[in-house]
Amino acid sequence: MDPMDEIRQTFFLECEDLLQALMEGLAAIEGGDEDPETVNAIFRAVHSIKGGAGAFSLDELVKFAHTFETVLDEVRADRMELTPALMSVFFRSADQLSDLVEAASVGDSVDAERMNAIMLELDALIDSDGSDAGEVEFEAIPLDFSMDFGDVEDDLPAPGGDSWTISFKPHATIFERGNDPVLLLRALAELGETEVTCNTDALPDLADIDTAQSCLSWDITLKGETVSEDDIREIFEFVEGDCDLTISFGAAADALPEIDLPPLGAPDEGEETGWELATPSQDADEPAAIPDLPELQEPAAAEAAPAETEKSSGASPARAESSRAGPTATVRVELDRVDRLINLIGELVINQSMLAQAVSNSGVPQDSPLMDGLDEFKRLTRAIQEGVMAIRAQPVKPLFQRMSRIVREAAAATGKSVRLVTEGEGTEVDKTVIERLSDPLTHMIRNAVDHGLEQTADRAAAGKSEEGTVHLTASHRSGRVIIEIADDGAGINRTRVREIAVEKGLIDPDAALSEAEIDNLLFMPGFSTAKNVSNLSGRGVGMDVVKKAIQSLGGRVTLSSTPGKGTTFTISLPLTLAILDGMLVRVADQTKVVPLTDVVETLKLNPSQVHGLSNADRGIMVRGEFVPLVDVACELGYRPPLDKLSHHVVVLTETEGGSRTAFIVDQILDQRQVVIKGLEENYHSVPGIAAATILGNGEIALILDVAALATGRNRLSDVIRAA
Amino acid sequence: MTLRILAVDDSRTMRDMVKAALASAGFEVHTADDGVHGLEVLNECTPDVIITDINMPRMDGFGFIESVRSIDQYKQVPILTLTTESAPELKQRARDAGATGWIVKPFDRDKLVNVIRRVAA
Repeated sequence: MDPMDEIRQTFFLECEDLLQALMEGLAAIEGGDEDPETVNAIFRAVHSIKGGAGAFSLDELVKFAHTFETVLDEVRADRMELTPALMSVFFRSADQLSDLVEAASVGDSVDAERMNAIMLELDALIDSDGSDAGEVEFEAIPLDFSMDFGDVEDDLPAPGGDSWTISFKPHATIFERGNDPVLLLRALAELGETEVTCNTDALPDLADIDTAQSCLSWDITLKGETVSEDDIREIFEFVEGDCDLTISFGAAADALPEIDLPPLGAPDEGEETGWELATPSQDADEPAAIPDLPELQEPAAAEAAPAETEKSSGASPARAESSRAGPTATVRVELDRVDRLINLIGELVINQSMLAQAVSNSGVPQDSPLMDGLDEFKRLTRAIQEGVMAIRAQPVKPLFQRMSRIVREAAAATGKSVRLVTEGEGTEVDKTVIERLSDPLTHMIRNAVDHGLEQTADRAAAGKSEEGTVHLTASHRSGRVIIEIADDGAGINRTRVREIAVEKGLIDPDAALSEAEIDNLLFMPGFSTAKNVSNLSGRGVGMDVVKKAIQSLGGRVTLSSTPGKGTTFTISLPLTLAILDGMLVRVADQTKVVPLTDVVETLKLNPSQVHGLSNADRGIMVRGEFVPLVDVACELGYRPPLDKLSHHVVVLTETEGGSRTAFIVDQILDQRQVVIKGLEENYHSVPGIAAATILGNGEIALILDVAALATGRNRLSDVIRAA
Repeated sequence: MTLRILAVDDSRTMRDMVKAALASAGFEVHTADDGVHGLEVLNECTPDVIITDINMPRMDGFGFIESVRSIDQYKQVPILTLTTESAPELKQRARDAGATGWIVKPFDRDKLVNVIRRVAA
């Protein structure tokens, strides 16, 4: 890859981090953070984006970042107060900046109208503040060496004559800044033929020499018609202010003031004549201010070195400490490489279980060293697997931050006042899951603002605070990731939902539905509660699409709603997409896998606890609770419903909504990790089956989709079939 | 002898760019993320020239330059500031801290190399 392309990629990656830092900072300030460092961090983020954008000539981005930064600088310098109105401009500016970065990354351009609107707002802030200094200053000029030299007499090469006369007397400060006269003289010599005269009049006695002082001055004649004054100024740019410098063109060499400076009380012991630049050093003990300084400096530096080493080692503990406080070191790795590793580990897990099976079949005694080794192998495999999964895991924070923008936009579009409260941002989820969760989550957040929350006036009438709240929470619960989107709105209007479902022919007008069943109608294809499809939630995407997207991630979405209090959507996702802890069961001579996370307990089937109207519609009493009973083999079509249940086992499962289902299986075989092999690519989605796996003996086993099997029995499905 | 450069910048993009530009000119380039990190790396690489950004977390460029100058060994090592700011007062602040010179971002590779050659003993 072209190195610049690679750096460009780095830039956009870095922009992601910087934009995140920017959003974080703004959110912190909004939350009452008054640490000036927070404003600094925001400023730096915008500033770094500008810096990088300049390098890639992303002019639009540079221009906007610069304007934004200028306003931020006013705040940073305490010349502007952070009002809520200003924060709102900052949030929108941050959104705009994010759009610009995204557009630049794909070579696109942004909505000019919106960009101009926000630019005008920012400009107005700068103008009203009377500070527009930065406005004209920044241009993407490569290496700006142009400086304003007020005292320059003449910029044009003067007529007549063919050489420049330069008088240069460094001050002592020139050394404090690490500049070196000899290097400047050398640079001049590169421009053209030079004749250098050193004035040593001010040089004190050898014994009195202070190496930090500057006692020499030089007069240089530079030949060259092509040389401009700017070329010369450029060489002296860094020492401007640290020296007396005059430059003139065409003056004859003899007009050069040979001994211009009065001797500063020092005895006139130095040689009257100047040194040629090339002349070797005359006095090896004379340091600092003579032309061949570098050679002399080396031994001095070497001498100083031991003392320095000691000093630095003494200071190192403090430094080591500060390094610990610093940002953690990271390595960026292409996702492909991690994925390859994950696939290999998947194979390793299968291989390990095959090996275990082969060894156990060979009749090796349990307490043999081979079995111990095998156990250790299993443990290590698991540790490696967890380690690799952790590489892919990322906190949901960036995803949540994007949602705060969605809330802002949705609130603006609906004219509602909405606050987003996020919790558990550090919860880590597989990167692929995070990426694929973005769209459904966006839609759900929009829904929460658009449909979930009432209009401000309605809220006030209901005695609620005018500002609506949307809670976005992430957490780990029993091996799964749970993401909740909760609004404090009016709750689902079940009467209305039912009406719509009937209108659209989704349900039978006489269907008897529980509240939960009515709520679940929202997930049905072709359902939309909005009377008018708003430009927000509309867009032809319904909750059924959201549900499908989450299911494709091995997740489930459920909802609960309380009238007047609000609605909560709960997304439950597997921690990883690759491996699963499963319970191996026997069903009609087939081996199936039940995800362990769904299993509550297993029971021996006691026919006396089974109640029901027919063989296909039964329930079982478990600890005083009546739970629907599903015969897995029957549900999957392996056999007709059994009349008599006797030697069977019941696996009691619970899904996120808390609804329990008891599954009838023939036998429980084992409990182990299985590598998930997707079926969708080759077989599309198979109802009741989540995926497949390869067992240690090479047999293929299907992984059951417990929630789907449970709802397959749900009366809602019967209703739909009937309708 | 290969010139050893220490480039301090909190922007990864900028570090990469400086590194790419200078490495292609045959310099040995070390990088650090901010002033505090810069001082740590300083001990490890003893640079011939230091290039530093101004706006950085933990310790900014001014603080970094002052800290470097307070170490005897680095009293005279050339320090260039690499910054998007071209305001004279910022340049003056950098000079007061002990900066040798400055380069404005975005930088031109050849000029950066020239400037380094010019200040490096």
